[in-house]
Amino acid sequence: MNIAVCVKRVPNTEEADLSIERAGKDIAKDHLPFRLNDWDGYAVREAALLRDKHGGDVTVITVGPEESKEVLTRCLAMGADRALRIEEPKAADGRLIVETLFRVVKDRSFDLILTGVQTEDDNWGQVGVSLAQMLGFSHASIVTDIDIVTDRVTVRRELEGGIDEVLNLALPAVLTIQTGINEPGYVSLMDILDAEDKEIIDLDFREIGVPDAPPDTRVDAVFFPPVGKMAEILKGNPEEVAARLTEIVKKAAGRS
Amino acid sequence: MEIFALAEHRQGRIRDVTYEVLAAGEKLALDLGVACTAVLLGADVVDFSRDLAARASKVLIVEDSRFEDFNSVLYQRVLSFLIATHKPVLTLMGHTALGIDLAPSLSVETGLPLVTDCIDLSFESKRLKAVRSIYGGKIHAAVSLRESEGYVATVRPGVFAPAPARDEKAGVVFEASPLQSGAPGKRFVEYIEAPLMGEDITQAEIIVSIGQGIGGPEHIPAIEEVAKNLGAVLACSRPVVDRDWLPKERQVGISGKTVKPKIYLAIGISGAFQHVTAIRGSETIIAINRDPRAPIFSVADYGIVDSFQNVIPFLREKTAGIK
Repeated sequence: MNIAVCVKRVPNTEEADLSIERAGKDIAKDHLPFRLNDWDGYAVREAALLRDKHGGDVTVITVGPEESKEVLTRCLAMGADRALRIEEPKAADGRLIVETLFRVVKDRSFDLILTGVQTEDDNWGQVGVSLAQMLGFSHASIVTDIDIVTDRVTVRRELEGGIDEVLNLALPAVLTIQTGINEPGYVSLMDILDAEDKEIIDLDFREIGVPDAPPDTRVDAVFFPPVGKMAEILKGNPEEVAARLTEIVKKAAGRS
Repeated sequence: MEIFALAEHRQGRIRDVTYEVLAAGEKLALDLGVACTAVLLGADVVDFSRDLAARASKVLIVEDSRFEDFNSVLYQRVLSFLIATHKPVLTLMGHTALGIDLAPSLSVETGLPLVTDCIDLSFESKRLKAVRSIYGGKIHAAVSLRESEGYVATVRPGVFAPAPARDEKAGVVFEASPLQSGAPGKRFVEYIEAPLMGEDITQAEIIVSIGQGIGGPEHIPAIEEVAKNLGAVLACSRPVVDRDWLPKERQVGISGKTVKPKIYLAIGISGAFQHVTAIRGSETIIAINRDPRAPIFSVADYGIVDSFQNVIPFLREKTAGIK
């Protein structure tokens, strides 16, 4: 079972004070910490578990800048066997990223390709399913369970309202992985040090033959969401706000 | 010229998101001076077609027994055929489990540009433009697509308000199913719904709900005590379930439960749209979060900007015995 996992390095914007860069087309990222996209972490872990069960190996692939090597090292520490990085084409949109990944994976005879359902930063959620179509592989998105039996795979997909569906797919397949599919494994300092000895192969997107095509989509501007109705923020020290909150709850519950 | 709006159904019922997709499609169609066609791929469609005819300007139905349950391969085969023959300027669907599984591969097969998870759509001199919510809802992005004779787009659930049903009914057109064979590479097996083991959070009058902002399960007992004082049930957002701090049946959100309590107290929940969409029916929403920019504060009625750890001890004290 040879498995590829497509991953992305993303800025951590939780609890961060965001500002917009001068050109107005993205947020300023120089002060933000970066990390492995949350969904992709579950995909890497799942690939390692499947490899341990069925044999074969795990290759992690990213399209991104030099700094992406940090997250590739993390993936290697989580159990991946090798890592590939392709420099991002200029003005890349989701489709160009998929075209790039397609050219990297098509001749490497993978049985299974995993990606996260979406990224934390711009949540397009298109890479896995588009890649499957280009490769002629079967696909399932939002996967919460994987069971491989010879040349077929049975998966659970998360639907809305607490319902899952079970699908049976032919291999090779592309699956987009939902958070919570497994328990994240503990990555020790030793794992990281060992991973730093593993090779990360750099591929140049010009050499792998990505067409010099314009993107399908372009960000014209980013802006803060219009301020709609905002919560009334309770003022005071913790004891005062707790007292106020209690009064509000009593009133709203019809108990005062 | 027309816009396709794909109807979504599951287990014999039209899903509500269909009417939101139709609303988005009708608005654009009006701007462009074209028709919005509700496209339904179904197995037993009499009731469905009546519902759709009251809300769309046109209904196009392909009936086939293989459409009882959604299969992206079969949907894609038929939609590619319909797009090739009708040449709609835009094919719209929900950014749902269905749309996420279908729109990207349909876009690749047809060669039509794709934009996903849109909160607004417009045409400017024949080019599609969209607004998307990114970075966890903290930023909006205006996106434009390359010039094309058609586009594929998915719209975020809970954003476009459905129009009320009309008395006059739209015309319904049936087309023969172009499906020659099934999809052996992708077979639907069954639906699974876990039985309810504990309290039903959808029936609660007061909900105290926790997010990953509480940091770890060791903080749950103190919050549980506040819930007990208030006569509330404990619920949570998705990351809490992903980390196994609480069972799935406690999850509030699109993939969990939709709730409408009198009071919803959100602790350490940032307010991703998947969560917020499912709490909008609450009478009063109160949020405790230390990030003043957390999107939860734009849906809450009252907010406390502080770490929950500073507030909870006092809240335990103040709420003791008020039930």
